[in-house]
Amino acid sequence: MKAGMPICSLAGALALALVASPALAATIEVTIDKLVFTPASIEAKVGDTIEWVNKDAFAHTATVKGDWEVMIPPESKGRMTLEKAGAVDYFCRFHPNMKGHLDVAP
Amino acid sequence: MSIKHTASLAALVALLLVSATPFAQAADKPTDPQIAHIAYTAGVIDVEAAKLAIEKSKTKEVVDFANDMVRDHEAVNVQALDLVKKLKVTPEDNATSQALSKAAEEERAKLAKLEGAAFDKAYVANEVAYHKQVNGALETLLIPSAENAELKSLLETGLKIFQGHQQHAEHVAGMLK
Ligand SMILES: [Cu+2]
Repeated sequence: MKAGMPICSLAGALALALVASPALAATIEVTIDKLVFTPASIEAKVGDTIEWVNKDAFAHTATVKGDWEVMIPPESKGRMTLEKAGAVDYFCRFHPNMKGHLDVAP
Repeated sequence: MSIKHTASLAALVALLLVSATPFAQAADKPTDPQIAHIAYTAGVIDVEAAKLAIEKSKTKEVVDFANDMVRDHEAVNVQALDLVKKLKVTPEDNATSQALSKAAEEERAKLAKLEGAAFDKAYVANEVAYHKQVNGALETLLIPSAENAELKSLLETGLKIFQGHQQHAEHVAGMLK
């Protein structure tokens, strides 16, 4: 872009870009505390990122059988960007009694 | 602290399967120092069993599972030690801890003689049984008996860990068939 471009039009273009893309990707946080995913069920859309914040001293995973797995180290985070729409149940492979659910809109 | 005595992993398993249940010997409600000792001992036993499995097994799923057991139970026990230090509680040896350790040693001796698929199967079956037994003890005896709220809360987290391990062990057992 030219240096001489009026500032107002730049701002206008930015504003337009923001308005024109309704599907701004969001980051959705899921907390893990004492072996519980909170919230247990999440509604998201393709392109959103899920970030698991692990407060436990234990490693966990978010695993969808036969599909994907995110490792979530102790007192750390794991993240994943959702690539496809659909509803999936996930669980922790180390502690299969830990369960979560994702509803992913297109 | 004196709870470093090592009950073997195998013993843990053996305990589970063989004796009706060492926990049944504790007719009286255990005190917090005793509960802390029992919970710590139960974790040590599972770590010892896991170390035997890591050494002996050549099956990836079994070795992975055993590594998970070492990692989790050591993490729980670090928390337990931190808590007793904070509460200025000295874990107290007791008949239940001793019965657990003894049974675990016997089981470990049994496992040590097995090789290959026979070892894998026996180890994992014992893991299922042991975790089931400890879960029962936590639910019906240790958690209800704990006086201190923080100890109770740690035991409740421990119960969820053990329940998770039981399911994990059941899954591994299914894969070995
Ligand atoms: Cu987990």
